[in-house]
Amino acid sequence: MAKLKDLAEMPERLSGGHRLCAGCGASIAVRQILRGTQDDVVVGCATGCLEVATTIYPYTAWEVPFIHNAFENSAATVTGAEAAYQALQRKGKIPAGKKIKFVAFGGDGGTYDIGLQSLSGALERGHDFVYVCYDNEAYMNTGIQRSSATPYGASTSTVPAGVCSFGKPQQRKDLAMIAAAHHIPYVAQGTIAHWNDLLMKAEKAFNTPGPAFLLVLAPCPRGWIFPIEKTVEIAKEAVDSCFWPLYEIEHGVFKLNKKVPDAKKVPMVEWLKKQKRFKHLFQEGCEKYLENIQVQVDEEWARYNRMNGEKIF
Amino acid sequence: MSTATIKKIKKALTGNEAGAEAMRQIDPDVAAVFPITPQTELMHAFAAFVADGKVGTELVTVESEHSAMSATVGAAAAGARAMTATSANGLALMWEIVNICSAMRLPVVMPVINRAISGPLNIHCDHSDMMGSRDTGWIQIFSENSQEEYDNIIQAVRIAENPNVLLPVMVGSDGFIISHALETVEIYEDAEVKEFVGEYTPDRTLLNTGKPMTYGPLDLQDYYMEHKMAEHNAIHNAGKVILEIGKEFGKKFGTEYGFFDTYKMEDAEYAIICIGSTAGTTRVVVDKMRAEGKKVGLIKIRVFRPFPFKELAEAVKNLKGLAVLDRADTFGGRGGPLYIEMKSALSDVKEKPVTRNFIYGLGGRDINTTDIETIYNQIEETVKTGKGAESFSYFGVRGDV
Repeated sequence: MAKLKDLAEMPERLSGGHRLCAGCGASIAVRQILRGTQDDVVVGCATGCLEVATTIYPYTAWEVPFIHNAFENSAATVTGAEAAYQALQRKGKIPAGKKIKFVAFGGDGGTYDIGLQSLSGALERGHDFVYVCYDNEAYMNTGIQRSSATPYGASTSTVPAGVCSFGKPQQRKDLAMIAAAHHIPYVAQGTIAHWNDLLMKAEKAFNTPGPAFLLVLAPCPRGWIFPIEKTVEIAKEAVDSCFWPLYEIEHGVFKLNKKVPDAKKVPMVEWLKKQKRFKHLFQEGCEKYLENIQVQVDEEWARYNRMNGEKIF
Repeated sequence: MSTATIKKIKKALTGNEAGAEAMRQIDPDVAAVFPITPQTELMHAFAAFVADGKVGTELVTVESEHSAMSATVGAAAAGARAMTATSANGLALMWEIVNICSAMRLPVVMPVINRAISGPLNIHCDHSDMMGSRDTGWIQIFSENSQEEYDNIIQAVRIAENPNVLLPVMVGSDGFIISHALETVEIYEDAEVKEFVGEYTPDRTLLNTGKPMTYGPLDLQDYYMEHKMAEHNAIHNAGKVILEIGKEFGKKFGTEYGFFDTYKMEDAEYAIICIGSTAGTTRVVVDKMRAEGKKVGLIKIRVFRPFPFKELAEAVKNLKGLAVLDRADTFGGRGGPLYIEMKSALSDVKEKPVTRNFIYGLGGRDINTTDIETIYNQIEETVKTGKGAESFSYFGVRGDV
């Protein structure tokens, strides 16, 4: 893996000057991940914050070929381009030695929800591409509506906290496991705060023949409601609280990348109270919801620890 | 090369097999396939060509028609000659991306084996699928039989990829009536078809990593209309290219193609205008009624988008009566989609025939020669009595007129 200094000197594939919010986790994810290969890349992107804020015609922030098609189909679109690459190379229409990597980006709405079918099809077909879900845990581009990535208890525009509501009553979907159940060679979960871990995962994803899936926690100051300078800190604490374990599933073998000793485990309330989307849970009478969250996280953490080192798919 | 030297191989093929044969000769770089009746056998036949190495196509076996069109768009943007095929509900499911494909100006060719849109569920022929996507910016060409389906798919590649067009083309063929009926089709030699369609060498592609391009940007109030106008101009200007390629095809392979086909229209007083396989049935009736001394004729639409309104107005203006046959409804509009276009075309001419719209054959409801003769007689009656003039109604239903 390259040194931090070398990484900083690599040419930007997503240039500055785009219109993403200050403190946005999505562009951090993209810039880190695209440093995971020196080869040429073709980028696809689902409709969402990342796409609308980087491609406002006649401007584009993309220094690499880029295609946005619609909300639910970035996996199908990018794998169509990858199929074209395979065919054109086989037919000798592009040089045999020309290496191009294909990567699709989607938010959690475009990946967990409306794009899940397209993603599943593309993973199952075995195209040589990387799918990256930048997960900010709600439909942020349309105004912070709940998605199946939204955690239990979070207040969103479609399930706001209220007299009869404590926010989202369901747990988030375990998308990385769903991806891994496609028997693809590489699946990993990371965050924008753990750059060395994420870069290692991006390199593996790009270098693994066949489909690879990366799920990257990308906090959103607007939707999670925290100060813009806290994005990295919030992402880091998501791991330290065991809410968002760093792991890889390589050819079906599960590996926890970061162990958090019980003594160092940050209580969930510490992480939750830094985000105003959970502030209603700190009212009197909501203690049980906070307890439920800690129980859920503990159970999941125990499950991940049990799987560690095991071939699970 | 003159037509005399072109070798034609007569084969007994279904419409679906003829479509697959055209695709084999075109040898697209990428084809996305998903089953839907009655299109399914077309892609079965093509998948067999892939399996036997008869084409170099990358087959993308998608999980839905939405992904079929999405992958086709991705492939076409990457510089591939990309195709898919569908019917009815499949076209409806991909409708969102159908619009994006034309807006991105990607020269995709898609056979559509025409079938009734649900609901209720029905797998048989009508034109509600393509008529439902007539305003999506795609060029729409319809076929009367397997030969035309084969010829139209070959021409569609050239039309779509013409630098003055760069628009996707859907080639319609009647589900079951064409797709599953065995007919004699004249297939041209592979080398001749390949020479006709030529190599596809797009100026811009996603794979040209040395010159990165952004496809599908956010296009707001300040530019969106200019882009839509460019699309508008492109499809209106496509007519000229469609005719040029139809002529060139005729020179090479012997059958020239235009916007529409006329049969015994020179001195006709009454005519039927229709789309697809019904034209074949109508031609038989024209011959029968002509033998009885009736001055009847036929116009068969080939190109529905861009709609050749000037040429059609010219072709029908001297008639006494025109029966417009629609195999689709617009539910709340002034009759079927062809009727609305014809009424609009005729608004430009002073002398015009009495018209009447018959909506027929929905969901595969049969139409036979007796029915067609009834329609000719009805339009004559309408002209003579004025009863039913400029009206639209269903034909061949229980409790019919």
